[in-house]
Amino acid sequence: MYKKGEYTIVSNTPLTPAVFRMVLEGDTQYITRSGQFINIELEGKYLRRPISVCDYDEHTITIIYKVVGRGTEQMKMLQVGERLDILTGLGNGFSTDNNARRPLLVGGGVGVPPMYNLCKRLIAEGKHPMVILGFNTESEIFYYEEFKALGVDVFVSTADGSVGTKGFVTDVIKEKGLDFDYIYSCGPLPMLKALYDATDVAAEFSFEERMGCGFGACMGCSCKTKYGNKRICKDGPVLKREEIIW
Amino acid sequence: MVKHYDTSVELCGVKLDNPIIPASGTFGFGREFADFYDLDCLGAISFKGTTRDARFGNPTPRIAECEAGMINSVGLQNPGIDKVISEELPHLRSIFHKPIVANISGFSLEEYEECCAKIDKEEQVEIIEVNVSCPNVHNGGMSFGTQPESAAEVTRRVKSVTTKPVFIKLSPNVTDIVSIARACEDAGADGICLINTLLGMRIDTMRRRPVIANKMGGFSGDAIFPVAVRMVYQVANACHIPVMGCGGVSSADNVIEMMMAGATAVQVGAANLKNPYAAKDIIEALPREMQRLGIERLTDIIGIVK
Repeated sequence: MYKKGEYTIVSNTPLTPAVFRMVLEGDTQYITRSGQFINIELEGKYLRRPISVCDYDEHTITIIYKVVGRGTEQMKMLQVGERLDILTGLGNGFSTDNNARRPLLVGGGVGVPPMYNLCKRLIAEGKHPMVILGFNTESEIFYYEEFKALGVDVFVSTADGSVGTKGFVTDVIKEKGLDFDYIYSCGPLPMLKALYDATDVAAEFSFEERMGCGFGACMGCSCKTKYGNKRICKDGPVLKREEIIW
Repeated sequence: MVKHYDTSVELCGVKLDNPIIPASGTFGFGREFADFYDLDCLGAISFKGTTRDARFGNPTPRIAECEAGMINSVGLQNPGIDKVISEELPHLRSIFHKPIVANISGFSLEEYEECCAKIDKEEQVEIIEVNVSCPNVHNGGMSFGTQPESAAEVTRRVKSVTTKPVFIKLSPNVTDIVSIARACEDAGADGICLINTLLGMRIDTMRRRPVIANKMGGFSGDAIFPVAVRMVYQVANACHIPVMGCGGVSSADNVIEMMMAGATAVQVGAANLKNPYAAKDIIEALPREMQRLGIERLTDIIGIVK
């Protein structure tokens, strides 16, 4: 179930030169699963901006976004106390009703944020998640400490080798010989594909597509799956391994 | 004493509580919006453009943002007429109890005829809206709507298989909208709906390539409102059949403007995607707007501007 509402900005601060964290206060009851997203109206912009939920509690939503265009440039300038019109509770999110004991969470770049609430949820369910965070270089790394603070094993890969394993998230799996029984992942398409090819356990991948409405009406973000056509915004963004057509 | 403002209108004998109709392609089959509000506040609903066979549509990305609007190149994704009749229509009827407008598209005269013949048997459908104006498919849709002769031929074929009122939805991507509308009227159309989207394009200057996979798409949203008003005005003045106005409507004031231009009913399209409550908000604002403008009955202002 999704809903439109007004939210007040509690904080909006940089985590890296290009990545910002915004905390919003308002009704969060429509967010029910990790990996869902919200769709933010920005003044002067025709379409809303879909951003995945990093974390939420009874009164606040935390999002992390990268400044990549005019919309996110505008978001970065927003001040504490400003109010935003937002649709919440969008997308299916990750499912945790499975028998996995040692799930592996893999986030790449701005695919990292949805892994955070998921990690907390899995821990609360008594599971033992481990986390791989993939970035290009040291200066782009964020949320390493936050994941560590959850008390889980956190591995980092950087494409240039400035921190952690040199290379990609799949190189961490090889190098550390990680033992896992489920995968949750969000990140760039090539990363998702590489992870898909390098592993064979049950997995859920979160996808991106340009959206019109964000709630399933416009059919702008459709994709083909083995289970038929799906809308990334409504039937996704999370797809299971067995249904994905690359 | 609170004055009563009469928002009801009539389209070819079909009574609407108010003139607001969510436009085809922006409202699916109502499911998503029913989660936001009670759809029965709407005058009618025009459902997602339906073809004979199920279609995935065009490759993605198929959405591009613009100043005061958006471009889509969905390309008539739909489950096909049989599934629409067996699954979507019954469900829509369960969540919506006012008139349903069936939007039908096709790639051949036979396809239009076949789909309309099937939908004619569905008593839930009160009006058929024939889309000869989709800019996002090749050898179909818009190619029928850009020439008076072919638009008239589609009209004749469809009219031969249904007794329901037939509205032809026209494209603005033409040099002479009036000649096409008149040809449809002469061929027996019961009404005209206009405008569909304007053919548009955006380029990602960083990547030096079109934003949309299909390069071009249909431009809709606030920005096209003046074009829609102009074409509604031209067609309403040239034809004797009712016009459904469509294009860039996002406020009650827009609705009244379009009705003054000659529209009997007004469709709300892209605004639904930006604000899922757009159509409901407009309906609620109509009496206030009528009061402000000294209008007691909306029917009094249809085509009042000469």
